[in-house]
Amino acid sequence: MFDARHQSLPDRPGVGYKAQHFADLRVDPGPVGWLEIHAENYMGDGGRPLAQLDALADRFPISVHGVGLSIGSEGPLDRSHLALLRRLCDRINPASFSEHLAWSTHNLGFLNDLLPLPYTAATIARVCDHVNEVQDHLGRRMLLENPSSYLAFTESTHSETDFLADVVARTGCGLLLDVNNVFISATNLATRPQDYIAAFPVEHVAEIHLGGHDEDEDDHGAPLLIDSHGRAVADPVWALLDITLARTGPRPVLIEWDTDVPDWPVLRQEAARAARALNAVTA
Amino acid sequence: MSQTAFAEALLRPDAPVPDGLVGPTGAAAGKRFNVYRNNVAVSLTEALEAGFPVVRKLVGPDFFKAMEGVFLRRHPPASPLMMHYGAEMPDFLAGFPPVAHLPYLADVARLELGLRTAYHAEDARPLAPDALAQVPAEALGAVRMGFAPAVRLVASTFPVHDIWLANTAAGAPPSGPGAQTALITRPKLDPCVDTLSPAAAGFVAALMAGASLGEAAETGADVGATLGLLLSRQAITDISS
Repeated sequence: MFDARHQSLPDRPGVGYKAQHFADLRVDPGPVGWLEIHAENYMGDGGRPLAQLDALADRFPISVHGVGLSIGSEGPLDRSHLALLRRLCDRINPASFSEHLAWSTHNLGFLNDLLPLPYTAATIARVCDHVNEVQDHLGRRMLLENPSSYLAFTESTHSETDFLADVVARTGCGLLLDVNNVFISATNLATRPQDYIAAFPVEHVAEIHLGGHDEDEDDHGAPLLIDSHGRAVADPVWALLDITLARTGPRPVLIEWDTDVPDWPVLRQEAARAARALNAVTA
Repeated sequence: MSQTAFAEALLRPDAPVPDGLVGPTGAAAGKRFNVYRNNVAVSLTEALEAGFPVVRKLVGPDFFKAMEGVFLRRHPPASPLMMHYGAEMPDFLAGFPPVAHLPYLADVARLELGLRTAYHAEDARPLAPDALAQVPAEALGAVRMGFAPAVRLVASTFPVHDIWLANTAAGAPPSGPGAQTALITRPKLDPCVDTLSPAAAGFVAALMAGASLGEAAETGADVGATLGLLLSRQAITDISS
């Protein structure tokens, strides 16, 4: 189905790469052992983004994280987009490729957000077809990431954890466990995040994400957390990371900070906190 | 629920939230659906604001925001590559009555779009500095040139480069009257803009269209100076005759 020759990410902290940190990462990476890029930002034909990526890939294992494949689409995957993804992966031979359990493309256009899916047998079948197609096309295993949810579908028949376990069983893909998303979804849908972690098929987790969120309220005054990636990781999410790592063992842990991106020392400090969490579980 | 129903409600802020979407108590999703609406609108407007900073400055940020709303409903992205989003902006501006009093706006958008696509264009190895000098004088007229993928010409009946410059560089001189053609190149990794005289613009356009040096020189351009500019900007990749 795919070959597993490619190296994997190290069980160390990584950060989402931002161009403004290019020089800092080369002289002062701190505990950062790998970098993640958003695939679509490096699908141009040349120029500075790819020149910087080439230079970074010489020094760090790279995780290519797609935000535009629309794995959950009712329509077919975009073959030209898959071809660009293949070109990027062939260029830098990343240590990992991951995408989201979500959809974003419709015949109205590309909607540039990770949109939610009902958890039904029909959705599982469609997602599995698309995951298989991606893995065949890239010649490598992909990781599928759990979403942040703001609402639920009345038509859903499966829990998210059962859904993901089913997709893994039927495609051989791995999982990217976003602990911030777990906390957001549990808060927004009034479930316990610890229960989600306990039910998660942790043996297939090959990467963990952490990020910051914003706080709002729904129409009835219930908490509504927004996955903004625009601030430091919240304390309860760090606590949930400890619970997660106790189940998974050490894993590559990424800090995502995509809006209001801070200066390098702030991001490095977040990575250092992830390193301490990893050291605690290793010891 | 179909993704069509979801997507259509997403792009129409006044449309009712689709049925079958709920919060934790089973109550209709309401404001929760607006998180997705907001994410889509904000992410697309941020892409347009990053892509057209001078157009935004010329019309003002509040006007630009309102105009973006019209634009993104009419032209949602055709691909997941945000680096390409907004290609329809020049034509949109040319046909958008509220900006009819700024007739140069579409050309400014074309220049900004050209800079963006040049930034992401394929890398190219520039022509060796002495390659032209090695061509015998009598053979020069028959020489044709290949251009780097980043090279673009933006022709305008307005002083498009001056307008762009006055809104990007501190202390730039105010724009003079008259038509201008901007030459976009990418020496190394950063796009660069130069103004070409009408004759020089015709000369470069002819070369880019495949004309020989001799044919292109009939435009009356200062051939030495224009070739010198193209070489210094690493715009030429190869020559043939």
